[in-house]
Amino acid sequence: MSAGPATTAPALNMGGRRLPPWVATTALLLPAYGWLMIAIFLPLGAMFLFSFMTATPIGTKEIGYTFDQYKIFFTQPYMWQVASWTFQIAFATTLICAVTGFLAALALARSGLGRSQWVFLILILLPFWTNGLVRIFSWTMVIREGGFLDAVVQFILPEAASVGFLYSRPAIVLGLVHGYLPYMVLTCYIAISTIDDAIVEAAESLGARWWTILGRILIPMAAPGLIAGSVLIFVPVVGAFMEPRILGGPQGVTLGTVIEDSFTQGFNWPQGAALSFMLLAVVLAIFATFSGVLRRNAEL
Amino acid sequence: MKAFGRVYLCLLIFFLYLPIGVMIAMGFNASPYYQLPFEFSTRWWHELWQNAELLEAGKNSVIVAIIVTLIATPVGTAAAVALHRREFPGRNFLRVMLLPPIAIPWLITGTAMLVMFYWSGIGRGFHAMLIGHVALAIPYVVLVVSTGLQTIRQDLEEAAMSLGATPLFAFFRVTLPLLTPSIIGAALFAFAVSLDQFVISYFLATPGYTTLPVKIYSAIRKGFTPDINIISTVLLLASMALVLIYFIFSKFGAKDVRR
Repeated sequence: MSAGPATTAPALNMGGRRLPPWVATTALLLPAYGWLMIAIFLPLGAMFLFSFMTATPIGTKEIGYTFDQYKIFFTQPYMWQVASWTFQIAFATTLICAVTGFLAALALARSGLGRSQWVFLILILLPFWTNGLVRIFSWTMVIREGGFLDAVVQFILPEAASVGFLYSRPAIVLGLVHGYLPYMVLTCYIAISTIDDAIVEAAESLGARWWTILGRILIPMAAPGLIAGSVLIFVPVVGAFMEPRILGGPQGVTLGTVIEDSFTQGFNWPQGAALSFMLLAVVLAIFATFSGVLRRNAEL
Repeated sequence: MKAFGRVYLCLLIFFLYLPIGVMIAMGFNASPYYQLPFEFSTRWWHELWQNAELLEAGKNSVIVAIIVTLIATPVGTAAAVALHRREFPGRNFLRVMLLPPIAIPWLITGTAMLVMFYWSGIGRGFHAMLIGHVALAIPYVVLVVSTGLQTIRQDLEEAAMSLGATPLFAFFRVTLPLLTPSIIGAALFAFAVSLDQFVISYFLATPGYTTLPVKIYSAIRKGFTPDINIISTVLLLASMALVLIYFIFSKFGAKDVRR
């Protein structure tokens, strides 16, 4: 608490001659970690508490504590179906990203592009740093009935029926792949670019076919990149709600949209909090399982 | 094989930019119902300037992003200097603690903030969004500045001190100028993170105070006209410009160190 006034002067006293060094260290760290405490960690704690409440504590309602919110998967069997859709969408998105992203990274690193590799890489990564909501919105104009895709198909085959597939689960997967593919390209590219050309050349000179090189050298050596990319895609995708909402329409019910609804429509915050925490448990389990691979990847 | 790789990359880039291109083009299509064939018109560009709600939300987005940048950049830079240049117990733990804001799905952090801010009386709206955005931007600032610190030799500062400079003077005259490109890069990052942030803003917005992405989302759900496309185009181009400037700055930074 005394760190308030201490933040400026000793913080910049890098050698810490007059004050003990821990004072300056604390002063440098406190603003950042205090902020994270108030905005991230305390809210997560508050939500954990909420998930045990019987009702949203607004007004003068009597609030009790219960485990019932965590029993939703037993009281509402429909939720199993929702969870199953969510994980199907997440697995499909991750798999498609892994295959197309790995091939893209391979093409980037091994097509003899030289310095123009960077141009391609920046072109692939650039959309990733733009607004995700706008990119999802932009797909609705391509795949809706009478949209851009239909216009192209009907230009080639004037009698063709509409191929628009907006408001379906494939549409959700398409939007998510478009959103998260650059992650996979980046992690795989970093992994592949560390592979020594001499290993591949040695295998070639000894008569290895391309599928042997791919299956025995490139994929195993790029595995950390593939795994890191898969985790970094799977985690945000299981928590997605805006993508299924916009591209899935009535088909787009996922854990994310159920949580969104319980906070914005149903006003059943304890239920939403319990679902959020079950989702968080899944996310933390995934990170714990792959923490070794992720750490090694971060050091590359 | 090599030609195949190049074709594949071009197809991939086509896939990534196709919907963006269609979205931009549709902003200049006359039909309010997005009917094809395409008929060029600047009607929606003019309609946008009549849409006070959309412009207000855009103004809010920019103001929040500027304030977030001004707070997150010094706070994150200070933490990066401490994490990188000082020995203390628990340093690795503090490094790991930077990851949750980035790694946990925003849906979870956003709803948690809503619960906590509502309950504690902080409430929703401008100040709540500011608290949330700064928390998301701090880890990015720390990561970008830390990368910069790795390339600066610490003995330069020690050399200055052995010649009689105070630690404070040595930091401000030796390390800080070398670090400037990284800090500018981090500031651009913080600005982009805040400008594009939708999920956190969505849960912390009030009917009277929204940012542009939140406004676009509610327009998509309630019905919209192509003036949404025009302002979305502006938002996309702004973030792309920020990222490109960042790439240029991080290159300059690398050159400075080598010299």
